Amino acid sequence: MIKLDVFQPTFGLDKEEENVVVPKEELYCSTPLAPSLRWNVLSNNAPKDLTKFHHGTTTLSFVFSEGIVAAVDSRASMGQYIGSGSVKKVIEINKYLLGTMAGGAADCTFWERYLGMRCRLFELKNKERISVAAASKILCNTVYQYKGMGLSMGTMIMGWDKKGPHIYYVDSEGTRLKGQKFSVGSGSTHALGVLDQGYQWNMSVEEACELGRRSIYHATHRDAFSGGYINVYYIGPDGWKFISHEDSGFDKHYQYATEKATQQQQQMSIS
Amino acid sequence: MGDSILTYNGGCVLAMAGKNCVAIAADRRFGVQQTTIGTDTTRIFKINDRLMLGLTGLRTDVITLYHRFVQRLNLYRLREEREIKPASFSNMVASTLYSRRFAPYFVEPVVAGLTEKGEPYLCAQDLLGAPLFAQDFVVSGTCAESLYGTSETFWKPDLSPAELFEVTSQSLLAAVDRDCLSGWGAVVHIITLDGIETKFLKARMD
Repeated sequence: MIKLDVFQPTFGLDKEEENVVVPKEELYCSTPLAPSLRWNVLSNNAPKDLTKFHHGTTTLSFVFSEGIVAAVDSRASMGQYIGSGSVKKVIEINKYLLGTMAGGAADCTFWERYLGMRCRLFELKNKERISVAAASKILCNTVYQYKGMGLSMGTMIMGWDKKGPHIYYVDSEGTRLKGQKFSVGSGSTHALGVLDQGYQWNMSVEEACELGRRSIYHATHRDAFSGGYINVYYIGPDGWKFISHEDSGFDKHYQYATEKATQQQQQMSIS
Repeated sequence: MGDSILTYNGGCVLAMAGKNCVAIAADRRFGVQQTTIGTDTTRIFKINDRLMLGLTGLRTDVITLYHRFVQRLNLYRLREEREIKPASFSNMVASTLYSRRFAPYFVEPVVAGLTEKGEPYLCAQDLLGAPLFAQDFVVSGTCAESLYGTSETFWKPDLSPAELFEVTSQSLLAAVDRDCLSGWGAVVHIITLDGIETKFLKARMD
Protein backbone atom coordinates (compact mmCIF):
# COMPACT_ATOMS: atom_id res chain seq x y z
CA MET A 1 0.00 0.00 0.00
CA ILE A 2 1.36 3.37 -1.11
CA LYS A 3 0.30 6.88 -0.24
CA LEU A 4 -1.04 9.24 -2.88
CA ASP A 5 1.69 11.31 -4.47
CA VAL A 6 2.30 13.80 -7.25
CA PHE A 7 0.73 11.50 -9.83
CA GLN A 8 -2.67 12.17 -8.40
CA PRO A 9 -4.21 15.64 -8.16
CA THR A 10 -5.96 15.92 -4.78
CA PHE A 11 -8.21 18.91 -5.62
CA GLY A 12 -7.84 20.35 -2.15
CA LEU A 13 -9.79 17.61 -0.49
CA ASP A 14 -9.73 17.39 3.28
CA LYS A 15 -7.07 15.63 5.37
CA GLU A 16 -9.01 12.43 5.70
CA GLU A 17 -9.27 12.07 1.95
CA GLU A 18 -5.57 12.94 1.53
CA ASN A 19 -4.56 10.01 3.69
CA VAL A 20 -6.45 7.54 1.54
CA VAL A 21 -4.12 4.80 0.41
CA VAL A 22 -4.54 3.17 -2.96
CA PRO A 23 -3.60 -0.36 -3.89
CA LYS A 24 -0.46 -0.80 -5.98
CA GLU A 25 -2.29 -2.00 -9.07
CA GLU A 26 -4.47 1.11 -9.11
CA LEU A 27 -1.43 3.39 -8.88
CA TYR A 28 0.25 1.66 -11.78
CA CYS A 29 -2.77 1.65 -14.07
CA SER A 30 -2.35 3.60 -17.28
CA THR A 31 -4.62 6.45 -16.30
CA PRO A 32 -4.61 8.17 -12.92
CA LEU A 33 -7.69 8.02 -10.76
CA ALA A 34 -8.17 11.24 -8.85
CA PRO A 35 -9.77 10.97 -5.42
CA SER A 36 -12.53 13.46 -6.18
CA LEU A 37 -13.69 11.17 -8.97
CA ARG A 38 -14.69 8.36 -6.61
CA TRP A 39 -16.09 10.82 -4.15
CA ASN A 40 -18.41 12.41 -6.70
CA VAL A 41 -19.52 9.31 -8.52
CA LEU A 42 -20.35 7.50 -5.30
CA SER A 43 -22.32 10.36 -3.78
CA ASN A 44 -24.00 10.90 -7.15
CA ASN A 45 -23.75 14.63 -6.66
CA ALA A 46 -22.29 15.47 -10.04
CA PRO A 47 -22.00 19.27 -10.15
CA LYS A 48 -23.97 20.57 -13.12
CA ASP A 49 -23.73 24.34 -13.04
CA LEU A 50 -20.24 24.74 -11.63
CA THR A 51 -18.76 25.66 -15.00
CA LYS A 52 -20.30 29.09 -15.37
CA PHE A 53 -16.99 30.59 -16.46
CA HIS A 54 -17.39 29.62 -20.08
CA HIS A 55 -15.75 31.84 -22.55
CA GLY A 56 -16.60 32.40 -26.16
CA THR A 57 -13.63 31.70 -28.33
CA THR A 58 -12.18 31.27 -31.75
CA THR A 59 -9.17 28.98 -32.10
CA LEU A 60 -7.82 27.24 -35.17
CA SER A 61 -4.91 25.19 -36.37
CA PHE A 62 -3.99 23.44 -39.58
CA VAL A 63 -1.23 21.33 -41.11
CA PHE A 64 0.46 22.44 -44.33
CA SER A 65 3.62 21.53 -46.24
CA GLU A 66 6.00 23.22 -43.79
CA GLY A 67 4.34 22.39 -40.49
CA ILE A 68 1.47 23.61 -38.36
CA VAL A 69 0.02 27.06 -37.79
CA ALA A 70 -2.13 27.81 -34.74
CA ALA A 71 -4.03 31.08 -34.36
CA VAL A 72 -6.33 32.17 -31.53
CA ASP A 73 -8.26 35.21 -30.28
CA SER A 74 -7.97 36.50 -26.70
CA ARG A 75 -11.47 37.28 -25.37
CA ALA A 76 -12.79 35.75 -22.15
CA SER A 77 -16.49 36.40 -21.68
CA MET A 78 -18.62 35.69 -18.60
CA GLY A 79 -22.09 35.69 -20.10
CA GLN A 80 -22.23 38.83 -22.21
CA TYR A 81 -19.67 40.61 -20.04
CA ILE A 82 -16.08 40.68 -21.27
CA GLY A 83 -14.00 39.41 -18.36
CA SER A 84 -10.69 39.91 -20.13
CA GLY A 85 -9.56 40.96 -23.57
CA SER A 86 -6.01 39.68 -23.33
CA VAL A 87 -6.08 35.98 -22.49
CA LYS A 88 -3.34 33.62 -23.69
CA LYS A 89 -5.31 30.82 -25.30
CA VAL A 90 -2.32 28.89 -26.62
CA ILE A 91 -0.85 26.77 -23.86
CA GLU A 92 2.80 25.84 -24.23
CA ILE A 93 2.98 22.25 -22.99
CA ASN A 94 6.65 21.80 -23.83
CA LYS A 95 9.11 22.79 -26.57
CA TYR A 96 7.36 20.60 -29.15
CA LEU A 97 3.76 20.55 -27.97
CA LEU A 98 1.08 23.21 -27.94
CA GLY A 99 -2.51 23.12 -26.74
CA THR A 100 -5.34 25.56 -27.43
CA MET A 101 -8.01 26.72 -25.03
CA ALA A 102 -11.78 26.78 -25.56
CA GLY A 103 -14.58 26.23 -23.06
CA GLY A 104 -13.83 26.59 -19.38
CA ALA A 105 -10.60 28.54 -18.84
CA ALA A 106 -9.74 26.81 -15.59
CA ASP A 107 -10.39 23.33 -16.99
CA CYS A 108 -8.16 23.98 -20.00
CA THR A 109 -5.27 25.54 -18.09
CA PHE A 110 -5.34 22.94 -15.34
CA TRP A 111 -5.56 19.81 -17.47
CA GLU A 112 -3.07 21.00 -20.07
CA ARG A 113 -0.59 21.90 -17.32
CA TYR A 114 -1.21 18.43 -15.92
CA LEU A 115 -0.62 17.02 -19.39
CA GLY A 116 2.71 18.86 -19.43
CA MET A 117 3.69 17.06 -16.23
CA ARG A 118 2.68 13.67 -17.61
CA CYS A 119 4.65 14.31 -20.81
CA ARG A 120 7.76 15.21 -18.81
CA LEU A 121 7.40 12.07 -16.70
CA PHE A 122 7.08 10.02 -19.90
CA GLU A 123 10.34 11.56 -21.17
CA LEU A 124 12.18 10.74 -17.94
CA LYS A 125 10.90 7.18 -17.92
CA ASN A 126 11.39 6.35 -21.60
CA LYS A 127 14.35 8.59 -22.52
CA GLU A 128 12.51 9.87 -25.58
CA ARG A 129 9.91 12.48 -26.30
CA ILE A 130 6.26 11.55 -26.22
CA SER A 131 4.37 11.37 -29.51
CA VAL A 132 1.50 13.77 -30.16
CA ALA A 133 -0.83 10.80 -30.40
CA ALA A 134 0.17 9.52 -26.96
CA ALA A 135 0.06 12.96 -25.37
CA SER A 136 -3.41 13.70 -26.71
CA LYS A 137 -4.57 10.28 -25.53
CA ILE A 138 -3.37 10.94 -21.99
CA LEU A 139 -5.46 14.11 -21.94
CA CYS A 140 -8.43 12.39 -23.56
CA ASN A 141 -8.36 9.48 -21.10
CA THR A 142 -7.98 11.83 -18.16
CA VAL A 143 -10.96 14.02 -19.02
CA TYR A 144 -13.01 10.95 -19.99
CA GLN A 145 -12.89 9.82 -16.40
CA TYR A 146 -14.63 13.03 -15.43
CA LYS A 147 -17.31 12.74 -18.13
CA GLY A 148 -20.70 13.97 -16.99
CA MET A 149 -19.22 15.90 -14.08
CA GLY A 150 -19.27 19.29 -15.76
CA LEU A 151 -15.80 19.62 -17.27
CA SER A 152 -15.85 21.92 -20.29
CA MET A 153 -12.96 22.03 -22.72
CA GLY A 154 -12.42 21.90 -26.46
CA THR A 155 -8.76 21.77 -27.31
CA MET A 156 -6.34 21.04 -30.08
CA ILE A 157 -3.12 19.27 -29.13
CA MET A 158 -0.48 20.04 -31.76
CA GLY A 159 3.14 19.11 -32.15
CA TRP A 160 5.97 17.70 -34.22
CA ASP A 161 7.23 14.23 -33.32
CA LYS A 162 9.16 11.37 -35.02
CA LYS A 163 6.43 11.00 -37.63
CA GLY A 164 6.10 14.72 -38.40
CA PRO A 165 3.40 17.30 -37.65
CA HIS A 166 0.14 16.18 -36.04
CA ILE A 167 -3.02 17.80 -34.70
CA TYR A 168 -5.49 16.08 -32.40
CA TYR A 169 -8.81 17.55 -31.36
CA VAL A 170 -9.73 16.57 -27.80
CA ASP A 171 -12.81 17.66 -25.89
CA SER A 172 -14.38 17.07 -22.49
CA GLU A 173 -17.00 14.74 -23.99
CA GLY A 174 -14.18 12.31 -24.66
CA THR A 175 -13.86 12.96 -28.38
CA ARG A 176 -10.35 12.56 -29.79
CA LEU A 177 -9.86 13.14 -33.51
CA LYS A 178 -6.79 13.32 -35.71
CA GLY A 179 -7.02 15.83 -38.53
CA GLN A 180 -5.42 18.36 -40.86
CA LYS A 181 -7.60 21.35 -40.08
CA PHE A 182 -9.58 22.24 -36.98
CA SER A 183 -11.34 25.24 -35.54
CA VAL A 184 -12.93 25.27 -32.09
CA GLY A 185 -15.20 27.72 -30.29
CA SER A 186 -18.18 29.99 -30.84
CA GLY A 187 -16.46 31.72 -33.77
CA SER A 188 -15.22 28.50 -35.37
CA THR A 189 -17.81 28.50 -38.18
CA HIS A 190 -16.83 31.99 -39.26
CA ALA A 191 -13.12 31.12 -39.09
CA LEU A 192 -13.53 27.91 -41.08
CA GLY A 193 -15.29 29.82 -43.85
CA VAL A 194 -12.22 31.92 -44.42
CA LEU A 195 -9.74 29.12 -43.71
CA ASP A 196 -11.29 26.61 -46.15
CA GLN A 197 -11.49 29.23 -48.85
CA GLY A 198 -7.83 30.26 -48.58
CA TYR A 199 -6.18 26.95 -47.65
CA GLN A 200 -3.57 25.31 -49.86
CA TRP A 201 -1.13 22.54 -48.96
CA ASN A 202 1.82 24.36 -50.47
CA MET A 203 2.02 27.61 -48.60
CA SER A 204 4.96 29.48 -47.19
CA VAL A 205 5.05 29.92 -43.41
CA GLU A 206 4.25 33.63 -43.88
CA GLU A 207 1.24 32.87 -46.08
CA ALA A 208 -0.04 30.25 -43.64
CA CYS A 209 0.31 32.61 -40.66
CA GLU A 210 -1.52 35.36 -42.54
CA LEU A 211 -4.33 32.94 -43.42
CA GLY A 212 -4.66 32.01 -39.75
CA ARG A 213 -4.68 35.66 -38.74
CA ARG A 214 -7.30 36.56 -41.35
CA SER A 215 -9.53 33.66 -40.29
CA ILE A 216 -9.39 34.73 -36.66
CA TYR A 217 -9.95 38.38 -37.59
CA HIS A 218 -13.14 37.59 -39.50
CA ALA A 219 -14.37 35.45 -36.62
CA THR A 220 -13.73 38.24 -34.10
CA HIS A 221 -15.61 40.65 -36.34
CA ARG A 222 -18.73 38.49 -36.74
CA ASP A 223 -18.82 36.61 -33.45
CA ALA A 224 -19.75 38.70 -30.42
CA PHE A 225 -17.98 36.33 -28.04
CA SER A 226 -14.61 36.44 -29.82
CA GLY A 227 -12.23 39.38 -29.99
CA GLY A 228 -9.19 41.13 -28.61
CA TYR A 229 -5.77 40.14 -29.91
CA ILE A 230 -4.69 37.51 -32.43
CA ASN A 231 -1.86 35.23 -31.29
CA VAL A 232 -0.13 33.14 -33.94
CA TYR A 233 2.22 30.18 -33.43
CA TYR A 234 4.12 28.10 -35.96
CA ILE A 235 5.31 24.52 -35.32
CA GLY A 236 8.23 23.22 -37.40
CA PRO A 237 10.66 20.31 -37.02
CA ASP A 238 12.52 22.24 -34.30
CA GLY A 239 9.46 22.83 -32.15
CA TRP A 240 7.06 25.74 -31.82
CA LYS A 241 7.79 29.38 -32.42
CA PHE A 242 5.72 32.35 -31.33
CA ILE A 243 5.03 34.44 -34.45
CA SER A 244 2.83 37.43 -33.64
CA HIS A 245 0.51 39.22 -31.21
CA GLU A 246 -1.71 41.78 -32.95
CA ASP A 247 -4.78 43.82 -32.06
CA SER A 248 -7.72 42.36 -33.99
CA GLY A 249 -10.63 44.74 -33.38
CA PHE A 250 -8.82 48.00 -34.10
CA ASP A 251 -5.40 47.75 -35.80
CA LYS A 252 -6.15 44.71 -37.97
CA HIS A 253 -9.68 45.84 -38.82
CA TYR A 254 -8.64 49.23 -40.12
CA GLN A 255 -5.56 47.78 -41.84
CA TYR A 256 -7.72 45.28 -43.75
CA ALA A 257 -10.32 47.98 -44.46
CA THR A 258 -7.65 50.26 -45.97
CA GLU A 259 -6.23 47.40 -48.05
CA LYS A 260 -9.70 46.53 -49.34
CA ALA A 261 -10.40 50.15 -50.27
CA THR A 262 -7.10 50.42 -52.16
CA GLN A 263 -7.79 47.18 -54.04
CA GLN A 264 -11.24 48.34 -55.06
CA GLN A 265 -9.82 51.65 -56.24
CA GLN A 266 -7.27 49.84 -58.38
CA GLN A 267 -9.93 47.60 -59.89
CA MET A 268 -12.06 50.64 -60.67
CA SER A 269 -9.18 52.35 -62.47
CA ILE A 270 -8.47 49.18 -64.52
CA SER A 271 -12.06 48.74 -65.68
CA MET B 1 -26.72 32.57 -23.56
CA GLY B 2 -28.85 35.73 -23.27
CA ASP B 3 -32.35 34.57 -22.31
CA SER B 4 -33.91 38.03 -22.28
CA ILE B 5 -35.59 39.49 -25.35
CA LEU B 6 -34.06 42.83 -24.34
CA THR B 7 -30.59 41.46 -25.06
CA TYR B 8 -31.52 39.59 -28.26
CA ASN B 9 -30.19 42.26 -30.64
CA GLY B 10 -27.76 44.10 -28.34
CA GLY B 11 -26.91 47.79 -28.28
CA CYS B 12 -26.79 50.69 -25.85
CA VAL B 13 -27.48 54.40 -25.45
CA LEU B 14 -25.89 57.00 -23.17
CA ALA B 15 -27.06 60.59 -22.63
CA MET B 16 -25.19 63.24 -20.63
CA ALA B 17 -25.90 66.79 -19.54
CA GLY B 18 -23.53 69.74 -19.90
CA LYS B 19 -23.85 73.51 -19.51
CA ASN B 20 -26.66 74.51 -21.89
CA CYS B 21 -26.05 71.36 -23.91
CA VAL B 22 -26.75 67.64 -23.85
CA ALA B 23 -25.06 64.74 -25.59
CA ILE B 24 -26.72 61.49 -26.62
CA ALA B 25 -24.61 58.64 -27.91
CA ALA B 26 -25.14 55.06 -29.05
CA ASP B 27 -23.28 52.12 -30.52
CA ARG B 28 -24.06 50.89 -34.06
CA ARG B 29 -24.30 47.11 -33.73
CA PHE B 30 -27.24 45.06 -34.94
CA GLY B 31 -26.88 41.42 -33.97
CA VAL B 32 -28.92 38.30 -33.49
CA GLN B 33 -27.65 36.86 -30.22
CA GLN B 34 -23.96 36.20 -30.83
CA THR B 35 -23.83 36.93 -34.57
CA THR B 36 -23.16 40.49 -35.70
CA ILE B 37 -25.24 41.25 -38.80
CA GLY B 38 -25.02 45.01 -39.20
CA THR B 39 -22.64 47.76 -38.10
CA ASP B 40 -24.52 50.81 -39.43
CA THR B 41 -27.54 50.85 -37.14
CA THR B 42 -29.43 53.99 -36.11
CA ARG B 43 -31.01 53.86 -32.68
CA ILE B 44 -31.10 57.59 -31.91
CA PHE B 45 -33.87 59.53 -33.64
CA LYS B 46 -34.34 63.23 -34.05
CA ILE B 47 -37.63 64.55 -32.65
CA ASN B 48 -36.93 68.22 -33.27
CA ASP B 49 -33.95 70.60 -33.29
CA ARG B 50 -33.59 70.37 -29.51
CA LEU B 51 -34.82 66.89 -28.74
CA MET B 52 -33.68 63.35 -29.52
CA LEU B 53 -34.91 59.88 -28.61
CA GLY B 54 -32.68 56.84 -28.09
CA LEU B 55 -34.21 53.35 -28.14
CA THR B 56 -32.42 50.16 -27.10
CA GLY B 57 -33.79 46.65 -26.93
CA LEU B 58 -35.58 44.47 -29.45
CA ARG B 59 -34.85 45.95 -32.87
CA THR B 60 -38.25 45.26 -34.38
CA ASP B 61 -39.93 47.12 -31.51
CA VAL B 62 -37.44 49.99 -31.79
CA ILE B 63 -38.44 50.49 -35.43
CA THR B 64 -42.17 50.03 -34.82
CA LEU B 65 -42.16 52.44 -31.88
CA TYR B 66 -40.22 55.05 -33.81
CA HIS B 67 -42.89 55.01 -36.51
CA ARG B 68 -45.65 55.28 -33.90
CA PHE B 69 -43.93 58.30 -32.38
CA VAL B 70 -43.58 59.96 -35.79
CA GLN B 71 -47.31 59.52 -36.30
CA ARG B 72 -48.25 60.84 -32.86
CA LEU B 73 -45.82 63.76 -33.23
CA ASN B 74 -47.30 64.74 -36.60
CA LEU B 75 -50.80 64.78 -35.09
CA TYR B 76 -49.45 66.76 -32.12
CA ARG B 77 -47.91 69.38 -34.43
CA LEU B 78 -51.14 69.72 -36.44
CA ARG B 79 -53.22 70.25 -33.33
CA GLU B 80 -50.79 72.43 -31.35
CA GLU B 81 -48.98 74.19 -34.23
CA ARG B 82 -45.71 74.09 -32.27
CA GLU B 83 -42.87 71.73 -31.45
CA ILE B 84 -43.25 69.39 -28.48
CA LYS B 85 -41.46 70.10 -25.18
CA PRO B 86 -39.10 67.46 -23.80
CA ALA B 87 -41.28 66.79 -20.76
CA SER B 88 -44.41 66.39 -22.88
CA PHE B 89 -42.62 64.04 -25.23
CA SER B 90 -41.43 61.92 -22.30
CA ASN B 91 -45.04 61.60 -21.23
CA MET B 92 -45.99 60.62 -24.77
CA VAL B 93 -43.33 57.89 -24.68
CA ALA B 94 -44.40 56.71 -21.24
CA SER B 95 -48.08 56.53 -22.07
CA THR B 96 -47.39 54.73 -25.37
CA LEU B 97 -45.36 52.10 -23.51
CA TYR B 98 -47.86 51.69 -20.67
CA SER B 99 -50.69 51.29 -23.18
CA ARG B 100 -49.12 47.91 -23.85
CA ARG B 101 -48.83 47.00 -20.14
CA PHE B 102 -49.67 43.33 -20.67
CA ALA B 103 -47.90 42.79 -24.01
CA PRO B 104 -45.05 45.28 -23.80
CA TYR B 105 -42.67 46.68 -26.38
CA PHE B 106 -39.24 45.36 -25.40
CA VAL B 107 -37.41 48.70 -25.48
CA GLU B 108 -35.74 51.00 -22.99
CA PRO B 109 -36.04 54.60 -24.18
CA VAL B 110 -33.82 57.58 -23.40
CA VAL B 111 -35.12 61.10 -24.02
CA ALA B 112 -32.48 63.84 -24.22
CA GLY B 113 -32.98 67.47 -25.11
CA LEU B 114 -32.98 71.10 -24.09
CA THR B 115 -35.91 72.89 -22.45
CA GLU B 116 -37.17 76.26 -23.67
CA LYS B 117 -34.72 77.95 -21.28
CA GLY B 118 -31.85 75.95 -22.74
CA GLU B 119 -31.47 73.70 -19.71
CA PRO B 120 -30.59 70.01 -20.16
CA TYR B 121 -33.44 67.50 -19.93
CA LEU B 122 -32.70 63.80 -19.48
CA CYS B 123 -35.21 60.98 -18.99
CA ALA B 124 -34.74 57.25 -19.13
CA GLN B 125 -37.59 54.75 -18.90
CA ASP B 126 -38.08 51.05 -18.55
CA LEU B 127 -40.10 48.95 -20.98
CA LEU B 128 -43.40 49.83 -19.28
CA GLY B 129 -42.74 53.55 -19.27
CA ALA B 130 -41.63 54.17 -15.68
CA PRO B 131 -39.61 57.39 -15.95
CA LEU B 132 -36.27 58.15 -14.32
CA PHE B 133 -35.07 61.75 -14.39
CA ALA B 134 -31.43 62.70 -13.89
CA GLN B 135 -29.37 65.88 -13.76
CA ASP B 136 -26.14 64.20 -14.83
CA PHE B 137 -26.55 61.19 -17.14
CA VAL B 138 -28.88 58.35 -18.11
CA VAL B 139 -28.05 55.01 -19.69
CA SER B 140 -29.81 52.06 -21.25
CA GLY B 141 -28.98 48.87 -23.11
CA THR B 142 -26.91 45.72 -22.75
CA CYS B 143 -23.94 47.42 -21.06
CA ALA B 144 -25.91 49.72 -18.73
CA GLU B 145 -23.85 48.69 -15.68
CA SER B 146 -20.55 49.43 -17.41
CA LEU B 147 -21.93 52.74 -18.70
CA TYR B 148 -22.84 53.76 -15.14
CA GLY B 149 -19.28 52.98 -14.08
CA THR B 150 -17.56 54.95 -16.82
CA SER B 151 -20.02 57.84 -16.66
CA GLU B 152 -19.70 58.08 -12.89
CA THR B 153 -15.93 58.35 -13.37
CA PHE B 154 -15.72 60.83 -16.25
CA TRP B 155 -18.71 63.14 -15.76
CA LYS B 156 -18.58 66.47 -13.93
CA PRO B 157 -20.99 69.42 -13.81
CA ASP B 158 -21.13 72.30 -16.33
CA LEU B 159 -19.19 70.75 -19.21
CA SER B 160 -18.90 72.78 -22.41
CA PRO B 161 -20.16 71.19 -25.65
CA ALA B 162 -16.60 70.23 -26.69
CA GLU B 163 -15.80 68.75 -23.26
CA LEU B 164 -19.14 66.98 -23.14
CA PHE B 165 -18.45 65.37 -26.51
CA GLU B 166 -15.12 64.03 -25.21
CA VAL B 167 -16.56 62.76 -21.92
CA THR B 168 -19.55 61.10 -23.58
CA SER B 169 -17.42 59.46 -26.28
CA GLN B 170 -14.85 58.09 -23.86
CA SER B 171 -17.52 56.82 -21.45
CA LEU B 172 -19.36 55.02 -24.23
CA LEU B 173 -16.29 53.54 -25.91
CA ALA B 174 -14.83 52.29 -22.63
CA ALA B 175 -18.13 50.66 -21.65
CA VAL B 176 -18.87 48.92 -24.95
CA ASP B 177 -15.38 47.41 -24.91
CA ARG B 178 -16.54 45.39 -21.88
CA ASP B 179 -19.73 44.19 -23.58
CA CYS B 180 -19.99 41.42 -26.16
CA LEU B 181 -23.33 42.64 -27.56
CA SER B 182 -22.53 46.33 -28.06
CA GLY B 183 -19.97 48.28 -30.06
CA TRP B 184 -18.93 47.96 -33.71
CA GLY B 185 -18.89 51.76 -34.15
CA ALA B 186 -20.51 54.61 -32.27
CA VAL B 187 -22.30 57.90 -32.90
CA VAL B 188 -22.52 61.00 -30.70
CA HIS B 189 -25.03 63.84 -31.08
CA ILE B 190 -24.38 67.13 -29.28
CA ILE B 191 -27.53 69.19 -28.81
CA THR B 192 -27.08 72.94 -28.22
CA LEU B 193 -29.38 75.90 -28.77
CA ASP B 194 -27.67 76.34 -32.16
CA GLY B 195 -28.75 72.89 -33.31
CA ILE B 196 -27.55 69.30 -33.35
CA GLU B 197 -24.01 68.27 -34.23
CA THR B 198 -23.45 64.62 -35.14
CA LYS B 199 -20.11 62.80 -35.02
CA PHE B 200 -19.27 59.19 -35.82
CA LEU B 201 -16.52 57.57 -33.76
CA LYS B 202 -13.82 55.20 -34.95
CA ALA B 203 -14.31 52.26 -32.61
CA ARG B 204 -13.14 48.70 -32.08
CA MET B 205 -14.87 46.32 -34.48
CA ASP B 206 -14.83 43.12 -32.39
